Amino acid sequence: MKGSQVRIEGVSKRFGTFEAVRTVSLTINKGEFFSLLGPSGCGKTTLLRMIAGFEDPTSGRIFLDDVDVVPLAPHKRHVNTVFQNYALFPHLTVFENVAFSLRLKKTPAATLTAEVEKYLEMVKLSESRAKLPAQLSGGQKQRVAIARALINQPAVLLLDEPLAALDAKLRQHMLIELDAIHDQVGITFIYVTHDQQEAISVSDRVAVINEGQVQQIGSPSQIYEQPANAFVAHFIGETNMIEGPVTAIESGAVIVDGKTVGSVRSACDKKAFPGNPARIVIRPEKMHIGTARPTQPHNVVEGMVHEVIYTGFQSKYFVKTADGAIFKAFVQHSSAHAAAEAIRWKDQAFLWWDAADSYVVEAP
Amino acid sequence: MKRNYGMAYASPVFFWLSFFFVIPLAIILTYSFLSSGLYGGVVWKFSLQAYASLANSTLWEITRSTLWIAVASTAIMVSLALPTAYFIARSKSKNVFLLLVIIPFWTNFLIRIYAWIAILGNNGFLNNLLLSAKIIDQPMQFLYNQNAVILVTVYTYLPFAILPLFAAIERFDFSLLEAAQDLGAGKWQSIRKVLLPNIKGGITTALLFTFIPAFGSYAIPQIIGGRDSLMLGNVIARELTVTRNWPLSASISVMLTLVTTLGILVMLRVSGRQASGHGRRSAVSSQNAPSSDEVGIPV
Repeated sequence: MKGSQVRIEGVSKRFGTFEAVRTVSLTINKGEFFSLLGPSGCGKTTLLRMIAGFEDPTSGRIFLDDVDVVPLAPHKRHVNTVFQNYALFPHLTVFENVAFSLRLKKTPAATLTAEVEKYLEMVKLSESRAKLPAQLSGGQKQRVAIARALINQPAVLLLDEPLAALDAKLRQHMLIELDAIHDQVGITFIYVTHDQQEAISVSDRVAVINEGQVQQIGSPSQIYEQPANAFVAHFIGETNMIEGPVTAIESGAVIVDGKTVGSVRSACDKKAFPGNPARIVIRPEKMHIGTARPTQPHNVVEGMVHEVIYTGFQSKYFVKTADGAIFKAFVQHSSAHAAAEAIRWKDQAFLWWDAADSYVVEAP
Repeated sequence: MKRNYGMAYASPVFFWLSFFFVIPLAIILTYSFLSSGLYGGVVWKFSLQAYASLANSTLWEITRSTLWIAVASTAIMVSLALPTAYFIARSKSKNVFLLLVIIPFWTNFLIRIYAWIAILGNNGFLNNLLLSAKIIDQPMQFLYNQNAVILVTVYTYLPFAILPLFAAIERFDFSLLEAAQDLGAGKWQSIRKVLLPNIKGGITTALLFTFIPAFGSYAIPQIIGGRDSLMLGNVIARELTVTRNWPLSASISVMLTLVTTLGILVMLRVSGRQASGHGRRSAVSSQNAPSSDEVGIPV
């Protein structure tokens, strides 16, 4: 496996009185596609810039394959960055932009041309080699930035919100290309984004960051299905949340008094004690909706359909309970008739779900 | 029909430039081809006498020293202005520093030159300081030589180099320097390979804005200079007022204008050619027509 392991040990970064990164420790494996995901201002870009060498940590150490890189200047580190605004050199052609690092290394002309052509080929830009950055579209600029960073054969590629400036369709497309490039070059990718969709669709693992602290590290499905806390649950995808005291404990499950919602039963992989408060997360696509009261004793919510949003492949129902809480249910249209039979606005409806489909997150 | 107001809008500039630039230049050019009057002025008789006297060897020496003073002070100014402008552009209190750069303009130009006499004169501040510190036992001659002229020229015109460079550096995207360092360039390499090419317009402007006034300098060598630092501006004044050879002073003026114009053209040509280098390569890439840079017209 190519690429390097990146080990971050107790890294903090303070700007004046503002603590951007608070004692973050995490290990990124060789060749992994690793995402740092969080809202803007959460410290993810600062963390990336510390790995690149543009910021020095206030405390803590950063290792690249067991070498502490904190004392090294950016140009001495075996990492390259794809910048958010691309940072292409406006006075140089596409070819010269990509050739920049090789020219610095005084690579012989023949090797240089062959290498640059190879990487231009990889990002499908051979035709544009003589253009200036100002003559390129956003997606093309992005590709130049990727080729320019990869030609140096870094051990780790750092990507700082690389797709943020592109439109939604192109973003999808570039994401798939990035994934293909990752498979092809096999080095470690560290991908910074605030877009949970981007992060969970291509990453091997994701670190969710908020207020300078790592909230959870895990595979995309772990992050989605087993969020560590309420922040992660809310940040990744959409969520229904019920809070209440634990009334009974069964093997691998708890019963919670959901107050107006009634009794709620949920799978639970944590230690629970009767009387302690618990938070239960149910993803909207796991909710069932109907006008007839279901027979199951637990996990039923009754209310009025407050809003229906039809999105083609699914309908989103927002049901308002008597005390004003809103519950969401997303129903997939698996057959063409499904939409027609749908529940309508202002209908009285029931939502129910399976205890195995909900998850208990850290108690508040 | 749509009326074209372009000429009407441009007329103030047109008249201004005609009255204060084109017509005076035409008068100088005409005078340079006339005969000199006995008691000054000109006699309306065609003559190449003025241009013939340009071959005079002392005049060539003065031209050489004028060029040297102008080139040396321009080089010093731009090399001082680059780091200064860089510092101001990156500083948090840009406006304060810009104000400091501009403040000297609030004092009259001549007063500021005379102030240098108070500093550098034999009984001036610097000599007294050195004497009282017992570093020297008799006053040193700082004034009335070429170095003094270069020093005061640099002092006087430095803001003309700092301001255009500041404007160019402030527009520069500093994340490009990070990108260069990320790709393996050291600090100096990133400045040389990325910053300098991207602020070329500002550098050209700074060179022109300092070289032109330095080359046409009159007051500074008159007040601060000595025998070795006579400049063309002083010769023109002497021929006009003392020797009263108006055609000669006109012909020197024409020469000064020609040399300056030539310098500007060469400089613009050089920076224009570099900019069009990319245009030429993109022309090869088929769909791009040759850009206007090809013709060497600087924008």
